[in-house]
Amino acid sequence: MTLTQSDIDGELAEIRAGYAKARAAGAPAAHHPPRDFPPYRSSLLRHPKQPLVAVDADPETVELSGPVFGHTDVTELDHDLTRQHAGEPLGERITVSGRLLDSAGRPVRGQLVELWQANASGRYAHQRDQHPAPLDPNFTGVGRVLTGDDGSYSFTTIKPGAYPWRNHENAWRPAHIHFSLFGSAFTQRLVTQMYFPGDPLFAYDPILQSVTDDAARARLVAAYDHSLSRPEWSLGYRWDIVLDGPSATWIEEGR
Amino acid sequence: MTYLPPTPSHTVGPFYGYALPFPGGGDIAPVEHPGTVTLHGYVYDGAGEPVPDAIVEFWQAGPDGSLAGAPGSMRRDPVTGGFLGRDGVRFTGFGRVPTDADGHYTVRTLPPGAPLVPYISVCVFARGLTHHLFTRAYLAEGPDALLASLTPERRATLIARPEPNRDRTHRFDIRLQGEEETVFLDFG
Repeated sequence: MTLTQSDIDGELAEIRAGYAKARAAGAPAAHHPPRDFPPYRSSLLRHPKQPLVAVDADPETVELSGPVFGHTDVTELDHDLTRQHAGEPLGERITVSGRLLDSAGRPVRGQLVELWQANASGRYAHQRDQHPAPLDPNFTGVGRVLTGDDGSYSFTTIKPGAYPWRNHENAWRPAHIHFSLFGSAFTQRLVTQMYFPGDPLFAYDPILQSVTDDAARARLVAAYDHSLSRPEWSLGYRWDIVLDGPSATWIEEGR
Repeated sequence: MTYLPPTPSHTVGPFYGYALPFPGGGDIAPVEHPGTVTLHGYVYDGAGEPVPDAIVEFWQAGPDGSLAGAPGSMRRDPVTGGFLGRDGVRFTGFGRVPTDADGHYTVRTLPPGAPLVPYISVCVFARGLTHHLFTRAYLAEGPDALLASLTPERRATLIARPEPNRDRTHRFDIRLQGEEETVFLDFG
């Protein structure tokens, strides 16, 4: 039987209602998506059924430190996805800027931010992407940058297109950019996706909707910021990223 | 103290392959170092099928026990915009390997000099996995708080066993779900 959008909508509504009820009964806000999220069909066989085992971190805990990167790991052009080929990519030129912070609001300095995305037509430069939308010979869609002393990062790219996928019939992903982030501790590792404000596909997408908490989901959506737009050049979006997980500095401070 | 709620996690999706992997991602050990050990295994889903679109990261202490790490895991070439690979000398403590079509990964590294019962921290990402999973590949058994807290069956999932017919080679499979499901960790 074909799985339709209306089937998925029904499942999502049921999960949302369950979450609202749990919240009303005093459950804490869920900041991350559950790993078991049936509307996203690929999660069914890829989530553990046993509860995670809590680790009491001590100063010897390896995960309270983490990988470091430096200027050898990033070239000066890596933050500009529009300058990686001989010609200019097609699409709406944008900048995405923000700060990488820990949960205490402190900047995460000198850490690696990686990003990848589809082109303006909604096609990835990946052999397994079979969406019949054109590849752009002037766009690969990969970028890297190290955060500044204030945790800031900035990329120049083009706005990615929406694209279809096979979760259910007529499934479409809202336009998004994948991000990979490191903190000072491996526990703070984060891979996520950034969305664009006002996308009409939000409500239909089981991946975005896997974040059931409204406020948490809103944190995945960048803000259009006119002060970041450059005249006759690019439109500016702002997106701050907050890492969770304990780090060595937390332990030192007695948390 | 300020508390900022975190940015939610999302799946790495199926198309990270041209973005996250880098040449020499699994070659953590300096080139031809005589102390090199090989850690390898498969990632399986709840049906026991290999997961060909996972990406696995590794973080560990150096052979001297240092957790300082070092840059240079994914050196870039400012001339071509490609990768230079590691410098073959420096130990960065970090590895990243996508699983192949069989769901298999391999890293070559040096045994960590700390903690006392040495382990390599492992972080798993995959299409279908909404939030990454941490586990540990212990290269030996011994007095360790986490290992001690587990039943023998669960503990066994964290032990990277030496392979009898291969020199200095440990096998560490990761089962995301089902029988012999790997122990995954929560650091709070």
